[in-house]
Amino acid sequence: MSDTIYAVSSGQPPAAIAVIRISGRQAIVAAAALCGDLPAPRRAGVRVLRRADGAPLDEALVLLFPGPRTATGEDLVELQVHGGRAVIAAVLSALGEQPGLRQANAGEFTRRALLNGRLDLTQAEGLGDLLMAETEAQRRAAQQASEGGVRRQVEAWGERLLALSGQVEALIDHSDEGDVDAHALQPVREAIRALASELGQAAAQPPVEGLRDGVRVVLAGPPNAGKSSLLNALIGREAAIVSAQPGTTRDRIEAGVVRAGTAWLLTDTAGLRAETADPIEAQGVVLADAAMRAADLVIWLGDDPPPVKALWVHARADMPERTITPVGPDLAVSARNGTGLEALWGELEGRAHALTPALDRPAFNQRQRDLLHSAVDAIARAGDTSDILIVAEELRVGRLAFDRITGRADVEAVLDALFGQFCIGK
Amino acid sequence: MTFDVVVIGGGHAGTEAAAAAARRGARTALVSFDAARIGEMSCNPAIGGVGKGHLVREVDAFDGLIGRAADAAAIHHRMLNRSKGVAVHGPRVQADRVLYKAAIQESLRRQNNLTVVAGEAYELLLHPGSVAGVVLDDGTKLRATAVVLATGTFLGGRLFRGEERLTGGRIGEAASVPLAAQIRSLGLPMGRLKTGTPPRLDGRTIDWARLERQESDVEPWFMSPMTRTRRLPQLHCAVSRTTAQTHEIIRSGLDRSPLFGGDIQGSGPRYCPSIEDKVFRFADRDSHQVFLEPEGLDTHLIYPNGISTSLPTDVQAAMIASMPGLEHAVITEPGYAVEYDYLDPRALSSQLALAAIPGLFCAGQINGTTGYEEAAAQGLIAGLNAAAHALGVDAVVLDRASSYLGVMVDDLVLQGVTEPYRMLTARAEYRLRLRADNAETRLGPIAAAAGCLSPERSEHQARREQQRQQATRRLDDLQAGPPHLGLPERRSAAAWLRVDGVTLADVAPDLLGTGDADVLAEVVEDARYAPYLERQAREIAELRENDAIRLPDAFKFGAVPGLSNEMIERLTRASPQTLGEAGRIRGVTAAALSAILLQARRLAR
Repeated sequence: MSDTIYAVSSGQPPAAIAVIRISGRQAIVAAAALCGDLPAPRRAGVRVLRRADGAPLDEALVLLFPGPRTATGEDLVELQVHGGRAVIAAVLSALGEQPGLRQANAGEFTRRALLNGRLDLTQAEGLGDLLMAETEAQRRAAQQASEGGVRRQVEAWGERLLALSGQVEALIDHSDEGDVDAHALQPVREAIRALASELGQAAAQPPVEGLRDGVRVVLAGPPNAGKSSLLNALIGREAAIVSAQPGTTRDRIEAGVVRAGTAWLLTDTAGLRAETADPIEAQGVVLADAAMRAADLVIWLGDDPPPVKALWVHARADMPERTITPVGPDLAVSARNGTGLEALWGELEGRAHALTPALDRPAFNQRQRDLLHSAVDAIARAGDTSDILIVAEELRVGRLAFDRITGRADVEAVLDALFGQFCIGK
Repeated sequence: MTFDVVVIGGGHAGTEAAAAAARRGARTALVSFDAARIGEMSCNPAIGGVGKGHLVREVDAFDGLIGRAADAAAIHHRMLNRSKGVAVHGPRVQADRVLYKAAIQESLRRQNNLTVVAGEAYELLLHPGSVAGVVLDDGTKLRATAVVLATGTFLGGRLFRGEERLTGGRIGEAASVPLAAQIRSLGLPMGRLKTGTPPRLDGRTIDWARLERQESDVEPWFMSPMTRTRRLPQLHCAVSRTTAQTHEIIRSGLDRSPLFGGDIQGSGPRYCPSIEDKVFRFADRDSHQVFLEPEGLDTHLIYPNGISTSLPTDVQAAMIASMPGLEHAVITEPGYAVEYDYLDPRALSSQLALAAIPGLFCAGQINGTTGYEEAAAQGLIAGLNAAAHALGVDAVVLDRASSYLGVMVDDLVLQGVTEPYRMLTARAEYRLRLRADNAETRLGPIAAAAGCLSPERSEHQARREQQRQQATRRLDDLQAGPPHLGLPERRSAAAWLRVDGVTLADVAPDLLGTGDADVLAEVVEDARYAPYLERQAREIAELRENDAIRLPDAFKFGAVPGLSNEMIERLTRASPQTLGEAGRIRGVTAAALSAILLQARRLAR
């Protein structure tokens, strides 16, 4: 970690402006080597960046952030340069020539921030997602996490759990000395059950990965049912080869599209035919089968009922022999004239809504959800047992799971909760 | 005179430290103002309780003094929490003060390698870089490689009662002022704490007939398994209550209380607050229980537990007279508050040794704790390790998964204290396995390895362990049908014990009556909680992994990038030796821990 790292930290070039970040012990020296005299810390200054031989590279806005109170916890320099590919490449190459500097690996800035104590685990996870976010929904979920939304939510639950633990501990350590009512366990258990059910609902929320990877939609059906045409129509570009020849799509074709802030990943599959003489096509059929299983949603284009739970579409509705929608399919569409496409998107969005987390509350990633589930299980067990020692033990296991989400465990905190609520002492 | 270990202080910490050091074979001196007062119970007459009883049993498993002395002096037995799981049973006895003190003094007399020296410890003999012994007020030098400070509240003690102020640790005893001054001059981190005591009553003036009696437990149990019979007659306790009138009297006297007048700066214990604290802070409660505890067989003194106070004497008298049954009770000695110096225990290692002065150990109230049991437990740890330091043998360090002893030492040396520290079962995260009834199983082997057991105790522990293993195997091997249900399913007897309501008599009646009842009870309890114990065992493996990641000596937390000043201060004061310890310090975040780990690895490269 003694290396100083640099990378373009704004989006893909070309763009109007590109931000190049340099982090590490050599960051300020490296900046000085490029622009001569440096602006004051945390003040933007316009400087001409030059190569070692003095040749100008670009006119840039230069910002210095001396560590440790920076995003990475190290000395940090931001160079805002003109966003053409050539300019960026030239500045990066000039940086690469500086001693002790190298290109940052993926996620390395975040990693350093975490290791330098600038982020807790949930914030780091959120920031990682934020950097990878491609849609508005992803960005909002990730931003909420990076600003501590996940941590705040978990801490709020944790405080309620702690208060319950405190009440149980008071019953264990002090009920025999007359300070605490020994019959007080029942209301505590009811409060425990209420918390378990509330947490259970939160844990049942779809994971944030659904947002990050996009909603997976698989188009399936018999050969030549119009799957590739529909895919192209849905995404508005030619991703799949369309041919009247049955079995043209032999491999899976994936295409991404963003609609109304949600990412979609559409997969065109080989037509499902029970038997085919063509080995390549046969392999495609196997892949199609796998894709259907992994899908969040399946669009079925066959005339026979779908073999799995699917949105059943009567495709090629513009063809004369198919103008009448039979009983069975959910809706009719035509890739050629656009009939029903908006209705299909509406249907997809409706179904996807149930798969993606709501944006008004923190979304949990898989790691956090797993821990949340183990907390829910433990708290639910605590609400179901009559042995007060096991109630306390399960609540402790629940707290441990919470503390693992954010990173802490503390017995002393229970005592604080305990002493705040009871007059204890014989 | 030359010794291996000198212990200053003849209270619960000092006597236990001296005896433990001597058991390990160190030539030991115990220095006390007044040899006749060694082993004095300076406050309430109870020993044990929830959490505290665990400590007594654990000290006893190392062949310590407190358990057997409590048994020898017990005039009332009460197993607290009997209706709950065994893990939180709290064995507690009322001890006759005279007999308790006599039992402790007798044990010390019989202990090899131990000399009692009457005198005032005037100052520590310090060599550059280490402790070299103790100088008494008459100039006598006791040279030693290790010194244990167990001075209780005697360091800078000040007594408060209404407008009265006195210097000293207890009524009628002097405070060690020169030694306190020297210890303060060493530049160690010190603070002030307070504690209190209630007025003592003449039992002949109490109207017992009006009060709810608490009888002693009928079924026999002991603090120490080495005790076989109850020799003393058993007395009853009784319960009175504060009334609305009591609370009114206390409120009207608050302006004369040194606690509320701001004269006492030290923090008092939240779990053992003075009665004025209780009335002030919990104004919604109209009554508090007062336990009337006998102080001995040959005394009429009664200790009213629950009303420690520093109110003026006249207010105390009015307060007592307002409680049922105590209308005519005579106060023999009014209550008072004590404010005293304590040493920030974060300056200590987990051997209770001061990092700054090699060879100097501290135990008991000086480390910010309260209670006889907490003091005795620290005395044991400090004594064992002072002997280790002097003799060059292995230190005894216990972790949180092993014992309440380990929990307490870990809490003290990592977190420090903000109020007098008292043991509670809530402090032990592995409570289900740290039971008072299995202290010997958990600690016996460690005690044996430390070489501090008498032959008689070693033999007892070996026999007990053999019985325990046999009974455990029998329960695992024995396939039993479901009791009462008449179903064909068969499981091990151990598995059946996990079912609510199933007892040993249902699944393995042949075991009843074989061996000691307490060993069988322990084995049954293990079987009953086995799934939880297994889960905790996995957690403990994780804990020990983190504790295996050592931080370099003299690790500079200030040099770790990204730590807040507050975190740096806490870490530096506690100077954790491992990543696990650092993680247990309050306020240290997960992000900070990864930064610490990284810094440690960088230094190791």
